[in-house]
Amino acid sequence: MLSLPVFLIASVIKIVLVIFVLLTAVAYTVWLERKVVGHMQNRWGPSRVGPFGLLQPLADGIKFLVKEDLTPPHVYRPLFIAAPMIAVICALTSISVIPFGTSIDILGYTIPMQITDIHIGLLVILGITSVGVYGVALAGWSSNNKYSLLGGLRASAQMVSYEICLGLSLVGVLIVSGSFSLREIVEAQSGLFWGFIPKWNIFYGCQFIAFFIYLMAAYAETNRIPFDLPEAETELVAGYHTEYSAMKFAMFFMAEYANMITVACLATLLFLGGWSGPVPTGGPPLVRALLPTFWFIAKVFVFLFIYIWVRGTLPRFRYDQLMAFGWKFLFPLAIANLVITALVVAYRAS
Amino acid sequence: MLHLVLFLVFAAICVAGAINLLAQKHPISSALSLVVVMASLAVEYLLLGAEFVAAVQVIVYAGAVMVLFVFVIMLLNAGEEELTKGSHVALILGIPGVLAGGLLVAWVLVKQSGAKTVSLGALPGFPKTIGGLLFHEFLLPFEVTSILVLIAIMGAVVLASKPEAQERPPARKES
Repeated sequence: MLSLPVFLIASVIKIVLVIFVLLTAVAYTVWLERKVVGHMQNRWGPSRVGPFGLLQPLADGIKFLVKEDLTPPHVYRPLFIAAPMIAVICALTSISVIPFGTSIDILGYTIPMQITDIHIGLLVILGITSVGVYGVALAGWSSNNKYSLLGGLRASAQMVSYEICLGLSLVGVLIVSGSFSLREIVEAQSGLFWGFIPKWNIFYGCQFIAFFIYLMAAYAETNRIPFDLPEAETELVAGYHTEYSAMKFAMFFMAEYANMITVACLATLLFLGGWSGPVPTGGPPLVRALLPTFWFIAKVFVFLFIYIWVRGTLPRFRYDQLMAFGWKFLFPLAIANLVITALVVAYRAS
Repeated sequence: MLHLVLFLVFAAICVAGAINLLAQKHPISSALSLVVVMASLAVEYLLLGAEFVAAVQVIVYAGAVMVLFVFVIMLLNAGEEELTKGSHVALILGIPGVLAGGLLVAWVLVKQSGAKTVSLGALPGFPKTIGGLLFHEFLLPFEVTSILVLIAIMGAVVLASKPEAQERPPARKES
């Protein structure tokens, strides 16, 4: 146990560090997406600012900060201003319970690589993301614009529908691991099946189906192509953020990418074994502390890359197709997976 | 000590949200006040030690039920309420009713002041404990409630389905 001053100092340092890394990651996920999608479409993507366009996120950030912040006269001001804040606050706080690695020894103190470890960590993330819907819904309503309203309505309907599939796909993992704590879920995945397959949840029984459901629901939750109907530009101009400009627009943008990163972290922790890697950790203490984090970040990166790859590949769904896919295909599949997993676990326990 | 201060602060926020819910004229503002009430109730549960119940309160009530409320209000495009001057019936019956209710609550509280109270952080809030209680001790009420919810959903589907869709099968017209 840490003494109170050490705990406070360590927590503040961790929070500052995590926020800094998260915001940088958000900026460079945008860069990565533009670059990767550019190459997929046979063009260069950002290439002028800095080498390989690496300073482009910085330039974008400065542009967002110094641009004129327009507030249209017909909006409902309190909610119009609050909506992007709700979105970005929910997106940034949900990272606080995610563990990035085992623990690190500094000055004789053992500090876990996580802002806070609570035994209902997964539920906290689900709760915060479910409150994040308000940001999008209220932005659409308070803009007092029919495109925004339609975008907000679509977004909230879609997010509420796919949240059910998302939650159900996670219950299988919870049954297998027997805990809500993200750290314990990862620790339950260490080891190997039959000596060569890593004991990740995705390889446990039919959990690859749960992973597929999670993947689809996660794309829909974060409003990404092929589920980006809330901001379908061919029909809704820009959906719920049509009336937003400058930093308020940037907040929605940051919230979207921060949510993508959270979803990728969660997938890594729940299905892909968290920070366990292919080689056993050894060597000097610093390497032993940072190697798990490296594996964690590598897995998150792969997940984000698949996200971008899907965006570069698939066209957008129609709205009725989206709802039918969620309710008539994913939902029964998730329930079937849940029942089978529960039966298997109960059989093994008896 | 800190827990007690936080508990009182969030209790005050909860009551303020509930009053604001009644005072606001626009349905969206009322719904958002209700979200504040739900969220501060979740914090109260958390302070009592029931982490799981707190998380579920946020996920279910603040995150799902109230989103649907807001969704419906947005969809109906409900405008501001028109206030009447207040009816005499409300004045004659309402004020004595509130007084009687308040007296009843006060009387019960005074009568039961010796009863056991839960101290802060003392509720058994682990998911395992709650699961055990739900599926062993309170299994029957739990299942009855779920059937009740199912009936409510079926009723909603029946009410919401279009009338011509109901009339199409001729046999069902009589029943």
